[in-house]
Amino acid sequence: MFGILARLKAAGVLGLNRRNACYILPYNERRFYPRVDDKLLTKQLMLQAGLPVPELYGVAEVNYQVQGLMQQLSGRPGFVVKPAKGSGGQGIMVLLEAVKDMYRRVDGVLISAGYLKLHVFNVLSGMFSLGGQPDKAIIEERIDPNPLFKKINYRGVPDIRIIVLFGVPVMAMLRLPTSMSRGKANLHLGAVGVGIEMASGRTLVGVHGNSVIFEHPDTAQSLAGVKIPNWDELLHMASRCHELTGLGYQGVDIVLDRAKGPMILEINARPGLNIQLANGTGLLKRLKVVEQHWRELKNTVQRVSFAKEHF
Amino acid sequence: MNKIHLFVVVLLLMTVGWVVFAYKAFVLHFPLRPHATSNVWNIEAGVSFEAQGKPTKVALFIPKSTSRLAVLDESFVSQGFGLTTTIEDGNRRAEWSIRKASGKQTLYYHAVLRLVEHRGALVTVKAPQVEEPDFEGANLAAAQAILSLVKAQSADLPSLVGALLQKLNSRPVDNNVALLLGAVPKEKEMLETAVGILALEDIPARIVHGIRLEEAARDVPIVHWLEVHDGKSWQAFGVKSGEPVGEDDLLPWWRGNQPLGQIKGGTKLKIKLSVSRKEEAAIEGVRGGGDRLAQLFLKFSPFSLPLRTQAVYRVLLLIPLGALLITILRNIVGLETFGTFMPVLIALAFREMELLKGLFFFSLVVGLGLAVRFYFEKLQLLLIPRLAAVLTVVVLILLGLSLITYQLGIEHGLAVALFPMVILTMTIERMSIIWEESGPAVALKRGAGSLLAAALVTIVMEIEFVVHLIFVFPELLLVVLAMVLLLGRYTGYRLFELMRFKALAGPG
Repeated sequence: MFGILARLKAAGVLGLNRRNACYILPYNERRFYPRVDDKLLTKQLMLQAGLPVPELYGVAEVNYQVQGLMQQLSGRPGFVVKPAKGSGGQGIMVLLEAVKDMYRRVDGVLISAGYLKLHVFNVLSGMFSLGGQPDKAIIEERIDPNPLFKKINYRGVPDIRIIVLFGVPVMAMLRLPTSMSRGKANLHLGAVGVGIEMASGRTLVGVHGNSVIFEHPDTAQSLAGVKIPNWDELLHMASRCHELTGLGYQGVDIVLDRAKGPMILEINARPGLNIQLANGTGLLKRLKVVEQHWRELKNTVQRVSFAKEHF
Repeated sequence: MNKIHLFVVVLLLMTVGWVVFAYKAFVLHFPLRPHATSNVWNIEAGVSFEAQGKPTKVALFIPKSTSRLAVLDESFVSQGFGLTTTIEDGNRRAEWSIRKASGKQTLYYHAVLRLVEHRGALVTVKAPQVEEPDFEGANLAAAQAILSLVKAQSADLPSLVGALLQKLNSRPVDNNVALLLGAVPKEKEMLETAVGILALEDIPARIVHGIRLEEAARDVPIVHWLEVHDGKSWQAFGVKSGEPVGEDDLLPWWRGNQPLGQIKGGTKLKIKLSVSRKEEAAIEGVRGGGDRLAQLFLKFSPFSLPLRTQAVYRVLLLIPLGALLITILRNIVGLETFGTFMPVLIALAFREMELLKGLFFFSLVVGLGLAVRFYFEKLQLLLIPRLAAVLTVVVLILLGLSLITYQLGIEHGLAVALFPMVILTMTIERMSIIWEESGPAVALKRGAGSLLAAALVTIVMEIEFVVHLIFVFPELLLVVLAMVLLLGRYTGYRLFELMRFKALAGPG
C-alpha cells in the first residue's frame, strides 16, 4: 500500500484533499463562485467578453412562466433544458425534436409535454441545484456536434474539458457520452474521458470509470490519435476565462458545434480528478510549474504558448 | 502565514485539553474508569431464634460511624418488634423487643458502609481510663511474671505487644500461660488475658471483633484482634502474630468482651453475617472526598447539572467524537456518504436500538420509502408535496412495522422515536435523488458508506470507557477539536484514491 502511495506521489497525482486544500480553497474566492455556479451569469459574462456560447432561447423563473415558454419553443428544432445552478450534469434534458405534441429526448424516448413541464417544475423547485435552492430553468440551443466525433462517439454531445490555473491551460480531455451516461458527457455518470496532448491537440488514451480503455465501449472505435480541430482557439478561449471569472483554478467545458465552431458550455469551480487517468499523468507537477511562473505571463498568447511548451 | 496560525491554535487547544485532563486525573484523582474499586460495602446480619411465647428482647451490636467508617444507610427488618438503638462504651447496639412471640423468628439488619482510605496522620484519641484487671492470687503472679518477661524482650509498645501475644501463642504452652489459660488456650480468652496483662502496665487495650471484607460472602466468621493505645491513638494487632495489622480489609464491628448478640426470653439465638462489595460509580469517590479543589472542579463539571440534563449531555458530548470519526472516514479513508454528518445523526438514531437490528430496520424502511417515492414520481407530483407524501407513508410504514413486531413478540429493540424518523425521511429523500441522477450503483454505494460510517460511530459511542471519559473529562473535546483542525489541512491521498489512481502509479 505504501508502495502505491510513494509511486503516486512520484507521478505527481493530485488527490482530492490536496486539490481542495492547496488549489480550490486558496485560489478560488467564494464571491466568484456564483459566476460559474449560475449558468445564466456565466453566459452573460461570456457574451460581454465576446466569447461564443450556445444561444439562450429563454429562461423560466417561476412556475406560471413555463406554459408561455413551451409555446415559444414550439418552433425550435431542438433545445436543452438546464438548471441554472445545477452541477454534474444533473437535471439536463436534451430534446431533439417536437413530434406532434410530444418531444423526442436525445436517448430516443418520446416524452409528453406534461412530463417536460414537470421536469421544468422540478428544476424550479431546486431539486437539481446545489444546496437545494430554488432555481431557474435555462432553455438553450442544442448543439449539433462536429461530425469528426461521429465515428468514435455514441450519442449526445461530446465536450472538451480544459483545466486552467491562473489562465494557463494545464491539462485537457475529450469527454464522450456513452449509453451508460445516457448521452451525458459527465465522467461520473459513465462517460468516457480521453486525454489530449496539450501541444498538438491529439487524443491519447481513454478512461471509463476508473479503468484505462483504448476503445469506446459502445462504438468500439479506437480513441487515440484524433486531432481536435481549432485546438489553439480552444486553448485561447479557456485561458481567457480566468480573467472573466476571477477563479484561479477552474475547468472550462467547450463544445464544438458543426456550424458555429467552439462554444463555451460551462465552467466548473471544482473540476474532477479523473482527467489525470485520461492523460496518464498527474496534475500536481504541472500545477506546480504554473505556480512558479504564472506571474511572468502577461497575456493570453503567452499563457497558451507556455502551456504548449511545457505540457 | 495561515499554517502557523493554525498550528498555534491547535497547540493551544491540545495543551489546555491535556493539561486540565492530567491535573484532574492524576492530582485530583478523578476516576479514569467508570467503576473503580469502591470502598462501599453491603453488610447484613441475620438473627434467628426460637421464641417461647413470652416477652422477648434481642440485642445486637451494630457498626458505628467513625472517622474511618461511615454508615451510609441502614435498615432493620423486624415485623412486629419494637426497636431501639443505643450507644454505650463506644459500641452501638440495636435492641428488638416484643411482648409475645412464639416459634422461629428471624430479624435482619442491613447496612451500607463506606471505609475511608487512611490518608495522612491518624486522629489523636484520648486514652481511656484503664480498668484494674481482676487477676488474683496465683493468676496475678503468673500475669506479672509474663509481663516482666516480655518487657525485658521488648523496646517499645509495638514490640511489647508483639512479644506478649507471641508468648501467649507459643506451643508448648508456657507454665504461666497454662495457669491462666489452660493447656489449650482459646483465642478470645487469650485476648482477654492480654488486655488484663497490659492493664497491669497501665496500657489501655481492648478486643475488637469484626469481619474480613470480602467481595461477596455469606455466613462469614467473626475475627478478633487487639487494639492498644500508644498514648496518641489506637493501634491494631493481630492475635496470632502480634504484628500490627493492616486494617484495610477488616471491618470492626464491636469492641469489648460481650458477644455479638444476646437474647432474653428466647433460645437458640443464631446470627449469620454476610458481606459484599457495593459497586459504585467511581466519581462518587471524588464526591465524598474532602479535597476542596476537587470539589471545585466537580462544581464546574457536568456533574453539577440535574440528572436529567446529565443524561442528555452524556450523549451530546459524544457527537464531536462521532464527527471526528466521520472526518477521518471521509478525508483519510475516502468513504462516500450521504451528507457530511448524516451518519452521526443516524448513529444517534441507532443508539435507541441495538446496532444490528437498527441496520436491518433502517435498510428496510429506506428501501420501502424509496419504492414509495418512485411510485409518487410516476404521479408527476411537484417536489415538496412529493416529499410530504413520502414522509406520511414512512410514518405509516413505521406504525405498521411496530404493530407487526409487537404482535410477533419481537418488539424490544424497535424503540421508534421521533428523531430517527426525521433522519430516515431525509435519507430516503437524498438517496432517491442520487439514484435518479447518478444511477443505482452510486446511490447504493453511498448508502452503504453512510450505514458503515454510522455503525462505526455507534460502536465507538457505546464503549463504556469512552462515554465515561468524555463525561468526566469534557476538556478532552478540546483535543478532539484540535485533531479535527489538523485534519483540515491534511493534503495527503485518501485510501480509496490509492486504488482509484492505481493505473497512474507506474511500474511497480
